[in-house]
Amino acid sequence: MNIINIEHIAKIYQVGSEEVHALRDVSLKINKNEYVAIMGPSGSGKSTLMNILGCLDTPTKGLYDFKGTNVSQMNDNELAAIRNKEIGFVFQTFNLLPRSDALHNVELPMIYAGVSSYDRKERARLALDHVGLSDRIHHKPNELSGGQRQRVAIARALVTAPSIILADEPTGNLDTKTGEDIMALFNEIFEQGNTIILVTHEEYIAEHAARIIRLRDGLIERDEDVTKRYVPKKNGASKL
Amino acid sequence: MKIFIVEFREILLIAFTAIRANKLRSVLTTLGIIIGIVAVTTMSTAMVGLREAFISSISSFGSDVLYVDKFPWFAMGDWSQFRNRKDITYEQYEKLRAVLKNYEAMAPSKSSFGATIKRKEKSVQATLVYGTTQEYQKTGNVNLEQGRFLSELDVRSGRRVCVIGKDIANELFPSENPINNVIKINNIPMQVIGVLEKQGSGMMGSFSMDGQIIMPLKTFETVISNRRQRLRIDIKIGDVDKIPDAKEEIIAAMRVIRKVPLDKPDDFAINQQEALKDMYDKTIGVVALAGIVITALSLFVGAIGIMNIMFVSVTERTREIGVRKAIGAKTWSILLQFLTESAILCIMGGIIGLMISFPLSLIINQFLPTAMPLDVVLIALFISALVGIISGFLPAWKASRLNPVDSLRYE
Repeated sequence: MNIINIEHIAKIYQVGSEEVHALRDVSLKINKNEYVAIMGPSGSGKSTLMNILGCLDTPTKGLYDFKGTNVSQMNDNELAAIRNKEIGFVFQTFNLLPRSDALHNVELPMIYAGVSSYDRKERARLALDHVGLSDRIHHKPNELSGGQRQRVAIARALVTAPSIILADEPTGNLDTKTGEDIMALFNEIFEQGNTIILVTHEEYIAEHAARIIRLRDGLIERDEDVTKRYVPKKNGASKL
Repeated sequence: MKIFIVEFREILLIAFTAIRANKLRSVLTTLGIIIGIVAVTTMSTAMVGLREAFISSISSFGSDVLYVDKFPWFAMGDWSQFRNRKDITYEQYEKLRAVLKNYEAMAPSKSSFGATIKRKEKSVQATLVYGTTQEYQKTGNVNLEQGRFLSELDVRSGRRVCVIGKDIANELFPSENPINNVIKINNIPMQVIGVLEKQGSGMMGSFSMDGQIIMPLKTFETVISNRRQRLRIDIKIGDVDKIPDAKEEIIAAMRVIRKVPLDKPDDFAINQQEALKDMYDKTIGVVALAGIVITALSLFVGAIGIMNIMFVSVTERTREIGVRKAIGAKTWSILLQFLTESAILCIMGGIIGLMISFPLSLIINQFLPTAMPLDVVLIALFISALVGIISGFLPAWKASRLNPVDSLRYE
């Protein structure tokens, strides 16, 4: 089943008097329970594509169909509702709220969905338990290690049971070992039946995915399945 | 609706967390609002007190009493048009009394400021001396503490009797009963027949109604002076609603009595207490308004401080706004978050300000008959919330319009 279907998308920025074509003509489909990596050097349009896929931005031209809904013409508040319900974000810099504890950070998307306090706490606890942080729920981000912070962010992304998980360089701020743990966690999430879109510029990270889309100069250079997918060992940290 | 309640709890939580995280900054910012609220509430409390004091000082003029006089109390325009008016005479009073129907009491009166009152070695200065009739008890709204008021007989025969104010009684008779004792006014002996109830100081104690002396009109003319003081006719109508009609009736009667030609304006004036209040509101009221406007400026400065710090807060939390938006916060949610934060800052300032100005109002109460009115309290809180919302609006608007892509990347 198609979750994402984009056709001939272009994004043009106006910088002074010059037009910058961040994306020229991109079409792609992503199905349910796919594990897709988007790769490309800087300036390839990979961030722009990720922003559009994540409904953080709208394309200048073309059609973006998300689960049968045309989102390319939606206004800010409609996009916010889609992001809240359908998309779980994991960022390179974690982007947790610094003054809130892990539990409250995971509760956040449900607050904007209007879930009552009791249900929220219950589900947030469960999500933190799934990423192996049940003993850290009242720690603030500055009391957690980088890997733990990213786990909180992943719990926050998962807690609303979104249609896609969008991870932007999720291991970029972590050391290799911790990065591997996080990738193992993503693998488990994928095996659970989730759809993951991974944006990265590192080949060995991209090889965790089942399909790699390579961008260059605002166009898709190659879109191919990974023949020998790298499956990390389950490290036991999570209880998925 | 449910989303709103869930979100609003989060919004309150964010606001309090943010305020607590920047304690010193919050306190310093709020200081502007605190000073503004203290200034405005203290000023308005003092102004209310000043007006109360004025009204109580003119309360001896009844609100249902008309005063027929040669001059208006407040003359606007060219004084020369009043200067050549003829005095109101006792005969005119008698004629008016004969033709007027709808009134409760009518008393002619002459008054003089200041007279030396002596008793043995003691001497005291009376503030105001009245010469009038027994009906002045009604027109002047006189209440006695001791003794009796002037009688018809006292007035007709011009007996040397007088009613004295409480302060004079206390000064001259510290340990005796003043009734039937003799005092000397301008060295003429007079018998005290009554003592007035204490009325309290008028305008900040400068002019006390407790220093007055009332005596029969004829007595006044021999003891104080015969000529210089002009006669006034005090007419108690008894019903405030009938005042306009009564005024017409009196004007018509006085024009006939004083033989004013048809084409000439009145050569007398009908005064009333209302005119005093109007005059007060026109003069002191304007000054009071100016005072409140000037103190309100300090509140305005406080509001600018709040706006400034809210802009700083929005800039500092650009990333947080980006995260919240990415996760599903809508535009109005971010707007409300920052509006709430600045409103809470200001309301806290308002409450602290009131906590300071309340004791100040108790101090003012030592000089003026006033207390901080409840509506001032409520208005102050309302204004501080309003200041918060208004000064927080631009920063909150800026925050709510932030693009999530850019704000997530903000360092």
